[in-house]
Amino acid sequence: MIPPSPSTPRPFITARIDKMLIALYEVARFVGRFFREVLLPPYEGREVIRQCYEVGVRSLPLISLTGFITGIVFTNQSRPSLAQFGATSWLPSLVSIALVRAIGPLVTALIAAGRVGSNIGAELSSMRVTEQIDAMEVSATKPFKFLVSTRVLATTFMIPVLTLYAISVGLLGAFLNVNSNEATSFRSFITEVFGTITFLDVFSSLAKSIVFGFTIGMVGCYQGYNSSKGTEGVGKAANAAVVTSMFLVFIEELFSLQIVNAIRSF
Amino acid sequence: MNNKSKKPAQSAETVIEIENLHVAFGDNEVLKGVDLSLQRGENLVVLGRSGTGKSVLIKVIVGLLKPDSGRVVVLGQDVVDSNTTELDQLRLKVGFSFQNSALYDSMTVRENLEFPLVRNVRNLSRAEIDRAVEEALDDVGLKQAINQMPSELSGGQRKRIGIARTLMLKPEIMLYDEPTAGLDPITCTDINNLINDVQERRGASSIIITHDLTCAKEVGDRVAMLFDGQFQRQGTFDEVFATDDKRVQQFYHYNFTE
Repeated sequence: MIPPSPSTPRPFITARIDKMLIALYEVARFVGRFFREVLLPPYEGREVIRQCYEVGVRSLPLISLTGFITGIVFTNQSRPSLAQFGATSWLPSLVSIALVRAIGPLVTALIAAGRVGSNIGAELSSMRVTEQIDAMEVSATKPFKFLVSTRVLATTFMIPVLTLYAISVGLLGAFLNVNSNEATSFRSFITEVFGTITFLDVFSSLAKSIVFGFTIGMVGCYQGYNSSKGTEGVGKAANAAVVTSMFLVFIEELFSLQIVNAIRSF
Repeated sequence: MNNKSKKPAQSAETVIEIENLHVAFGDNEVLKGVDLSLQRGENLVVLGRSGTGKSVLIKVIVGLLKPDSGRVVVLGQDVVDSNTTELDQLRLKVGFSFQNSALYDSMTVRENLEFPLVRNVRNLSRAEIDRAVEEALDDVGLKQAINQMPSELSGGQRKRIGIARTLMLKPEIMLYDEPTAGLDPITCTDINNLINDVQERRGASSIIITHDLTCAKEVGDRVAMLFDGQFQRQGTFDEVFATDDKRVQQFYHYNFTE
């Protein structure tokens, strides 16, 4: 069989598969480079702490508000269903399981994808556009280690912390709601909550928050670091950072659900 | 207008050697077999129209771009075959001044200048870092800007701070990408003086990418003209422009007679 000449245009589908495989290879290389740079000295402790502050402390107001409102709304919306069976006393148990297992990690990750992911994507891509990353490269200052490794570590460390915080604030909202409606005392609310949630609930919630944090940081950095030149590239990178990381967070949530269910069935 | 008057001593040592360099972006071949050499202590000006690959050439020299073929040897080291560690070692000896200065906009001028030093030279005391920053700012005449943010500086000041930042590592070779682009004539003169000063006081060898003939005349020991992906003319400023070639004459007349 005669091989096609180089000028022969590739069929549409083959070209798309080629493009997708190349993109996957690039992502794998980027992730591999992250682990190599993180493990090899010198370490960027100070910059990691600075980024942790940016990711964690600066997200607190938004996480507080959304966590608190989620707790109140979820409790309020669950009440009528339980009331039909005269089981409103189960509200603390129901809300705590929902907040710890799913809503807390998911809401935190989505808020972080919107706030932190877009910020990382826009910041790094504007540094790429204005040749600041090239300037770091040519002065041998290892921009990947300084810009990417530190940000991914910061999101990986801080999203679990923010998740725990969001769950706590959500539970506070839930308590205020059941307290005002069912006159449940704080002591009995806490007893109900901690009697329901298990170690596996908390552990799986934290484990997937770590994965969400890593994903948000990695996607934001990948989109920003590899953005195309021009102001259009900055917008695209910020947008792609949010959309891709939100999409991946939902996929990971599905996988983690299957894994935890499999563990529970043992 | 005077040609560069005082020529600093140049040695016969070649610090950059480029042979048969080809660079293409898709179907667009920008550099088509470029040959070039730079002697120690020499200021070489590369002239050419926009889009002829002048900036590409110096980006290949520091390993920011990979050529399709050709040999690039900088300070005895083959750039194309170097791994990341070897390239980083070489980059410590080569300063690159970007066209738009590329100052880190989230850092003050002091932090911008400290950054390459602190990250490349470990165990420096605070006093040593401060002294190096002040010296570099003194060299470019901008000591007062030390605590300002890049957004508070004018174009000329940003250019000078950008050059000061590259000087922090005391490079043997300086690469300037359009150092006078978009600046007023007086600031251009300041920048030209600074480039000459870097050559004379620090003994640096430099490649200056420009299409500003005044700059070329004031700073260049040698001028090379890039047309159609190759150096068509090389020599002193007067030698390069002593020709009937229409493209070269257009360049000259636009700058000096129109």
